[in-house]
Amino acid sequence: MHRRDPRAKIAALMVFLVVLATAHRALPAFGLALVLLLSAALIWARLPLFSALARAAIVLPFSLVFAAVCWLSGDPARGFSLLLKSYLSALAVLLVVSTTPFPALLRGLEMSGAPRFLLMVAQFLYRYLFVISEEAQHMSKAAASRGATVGSFVAGRSKGRSARFRAAAGALAVLFARSYGRAEDIHRSMLARGFLGRFQPFGALRFRATDAVFTLFASLAPVLLRAAVERAM
Amino acid sequence: MPHPLPPGPRPPAPGPRPLSRPLIEVRGLRFCYEDGTRALNGVDFRLERGETVALLGANGSGKTTFVLHLNGLLAGQGSVEICGLPVNRQNIPEIRRKIGLVFQDSESQLFMPTVLEDVAFGPLNSGMSREHAVERALAALETVGMSAAAARAPYHLSAGEKKRVAIAGILAMDPEILVLDEPTTSLDPPGQGALAELLVRLPQPKILATHDVPFARALCDRAVFFQGGVIAAEGPVEDIVIRFGWELALERSKLRR
Amino acid sequence: MRPKARAIPRQTPGCPLGPVHRRVDASVCPPVFALLRNLFFSRCEKCELGAPQILVSGSGSGTILAIVLPWKAIVHIPDGFLSTPVWATMDVAAAPAVGYIVRRAQRGFDDSRVPLLGVMGAFVFAAQMINFPVGIGTTSHLVGGALLAYTLGPAAASVVMSAIIAIQALVFQDGGILAMGANLINMALVGVLAGYLPFYLWGGGRWRKLAIFSGGALSLMASAVLALAELLVSGVPMPSSVLGVSLALFAVSALLEGAITLAVIEALETIQPGFVRKPETGRSFVLGAIGLAAVLLAAVGVLVASTAPDGIEKLGLQTGIALHVRSLVTTPLTGYQAAFFQAGWLRKASAGLAGLALIYAACLLIGRAVARKRSV
Repeated sequence: MHRRDPRAKIAALMVFLVVLATAHRALPAFGLALVLLLSAALIWARLPLFSALARAAIVLPFSLVFAAVCWLSGDPARGFSLLLKSYLSALAVLLVVSTTPFPALLRGLEMSGAPRFLLMVAQFLYRYLFVISEEAQHMSKAAASRGATVGSFVAGRSKGRSARFRAAAGALAVLFARSYGRAEDIHRSMLARGFLGRFQPFGALRFRATDAVFTLFASLAPVLLRAAVERAM
Repeated sequence: MPHPLPPGPRPPAPGPRPLSRPLIEVRGLRFCYEDGTRALNGVDFRLERGETVALLGANGSGKTTFVLHLNGLLAGQGSVEICGLPVNRQNIPEIRRKIGLVFQDSESQLFMPTVLEDVAFGPLNSGMSREHAVERALAALETVGMSAAAARAPYHLSAGEKKRVAIAGILAMDPEILVLDEPTTSLDPPGQGALAELLVRLPQPKILATHDVPFARALCDRAVFFQGGVIAAEGPVEDIVIRFGWELALERSKLRR
Repeated sequence: MRPKARAIPRQTPGCPLGPVHRRVDASVCPPVFALLRNLFFSRCEKCELGAPQILVSGSGSGTILAIVLPWKAIVHIPDGFLSTPVWATMDVAAAPAVGYIVRRAQRGFDDSRVPLLGVMGAFVFAAQMINFPVGIGTTSHLVGGALLAYTLGPAAASVVMSAIIAIQALVFQDGGILAMGANLINMALVGVLAGYLPFYLWGGGRWRKLAIFSGGALSLMASAVLALAELLVSGVPMPSSVLGVSLALFAVSALLEGAITLAVIEALETIQPGFVRKPETGRSFVLGAIGLAAVLLAAVGVLVASTAPDGIEKLGLQTGIALHVRSLVTTPLTGYQAAFFQAGWLRKASAGLAGLALIYAACLLIGRAVARKRSV
């Protein structure tokens, strides 16, 4: 599954999500069927099943709160639907993203019509996301070790708190300046290597017969499952 | 304190061209930053064929500013000629192909998602077809010994590997001159050794702006010393080092407490 | 170049990807009390796909999930919360809007700004990890739309926020895919615009600090209120107590966002004044106040309309629209999933969307009016 064209996976994902989003009847059964379908796909893609299932559960705490509100308002079916749909959506997205290198995913989106400029920004964002996050963490730790003690926190002296507030703002400003400087460095290296104003397209994706077959089956599966479940009810 | 040398010899009179024209010729380069700091105050510099020159000098003495003028990233007063081409708007694309500049921070230099895509960035920009660009990129990666990493993301590479990929990115453009700004930054001693071995194998003439004296000593024929925005002296590396006391010889017993 | 497929001899727990790898040092993890999406991500050292993973705790077992405070996270609506008419309309509305804003940010189809916008997007992500102490044992963090608008300009800020939303949805599964249209409109379009408006109007004069503060607050408030409205229109039950609490929490977060934005802008100006834009002075105070009031009224109007469907009956115009649209839509689709198109749904949806249209119109009119005033 890792080798399938990203466009095929994106198309299948969209079909899955739409079929899921528009489903209103027989949700428990349908939900179970979809979980099994995705688990089968995960196994086929040789991804660790339980870790993936757990990782998709990231979305649950948020949904749980709303599900609780629904339940207390007398609409438990909707609460369950919220939980189920948000979880399945997260799991499906996780599946696609874990089987597609991010640059390939972006290229697939570009060839499906998304604006190139935006995708290039996303590409650079992804490239430097972890770099700058690490910088931020180092700065955070440095700032913390330099004076944000639990003592002054608990005492709640407003002076101390406002000073730390300002220190955090200062840290952010420094991070901003560093990031901006980094962007200028990047621009300079681009120019030094002959950048003339437009990024040249690199990899062309080839949509093969196997991709078409995959798209067909992967799109049909949720549709058929839903038809089957709703007919059985 | 040694005083700055008088301006260099005048350019040759027009006539039959000398046998070996300098690859880089800089005359009277002056540059001021936006906030008014005068970074370069009349720099004269030549690079002949086959040379490897070290740029030594304190932080802020103008080394990096000078290097950025060589491929037109900064523009100051005075004249800069690369292989006979003056650095101006028309010539810049050609000059940027001839001068391969490797920046100090490899993280900012490897900005594409995969190594191969990054190394192919230069060739693609010069209008090559994708296949040709990839061919060049693979060849360059082979030269620096990083072919195995072609599909990897630059974030995961070690500092030494990143530096090698950065060099490959430059080599893929087939430059005539290599310019490296502080190449040994954040490299551990084995990494520095590996880099030195790689650079020695590359045939292009090189300019190395560096603080690393053993590195300069091993690789460079001569050195120039930047001080206060001018070149204060030039000569063999060892002479410069001794003259300016540019080597750190620490002995615990001799450290003043 | 594709990564080579290989047999998987061993799988490290936590990483959803197959290839063998080491886990990165756990000590780079930010503190536990940060919001969930700031928690526990790290890169696989050897993994070529490099997807972020949940970092397992020091004990090596299980995944620690923090308690998510819903009011901040609500602004990233996951899939399954919005009803089909809502998410579909939002997607359809967002596509041309995003296309337009991307073209504006590009200014002549040059790609030179891409690295800046990308890196600033990464900055916003990272900035959300820096925690600001706000008393009573809690911390808050910057959302960033207003800050980006004040430093990069509104169009570029919208593009950056769009990229951030896309990456949050895809890579971190924070926010749904079908719901992305709604999230984009809420945060990248309306949020940035609402944040920029006070700055644009009053940022040049002596009310600058207040303008920045209110911009930050307004950007968060507008995004949150819109998100809430969309949820309500979709029929997510929200008793007035919950609604009240949500709005109160949003208000608090909005004030914090304003304060943080102001503090960071001030710090930035000390470092390098050139970072922050300087809008022109002398804008008409009255015009600006009217415009802002119009936006606020429209936003509140959407909220009220979504919670009080009976009130809609009184608005003859909207009922007229609803009936028209219903007849248009149901005729070709009669008999297919008729449950969707109950009158109540459509009325609520069209009410909410009419409110949104009001907001767009108000912003356009303000923009045009102010521009006209400037040229006079």
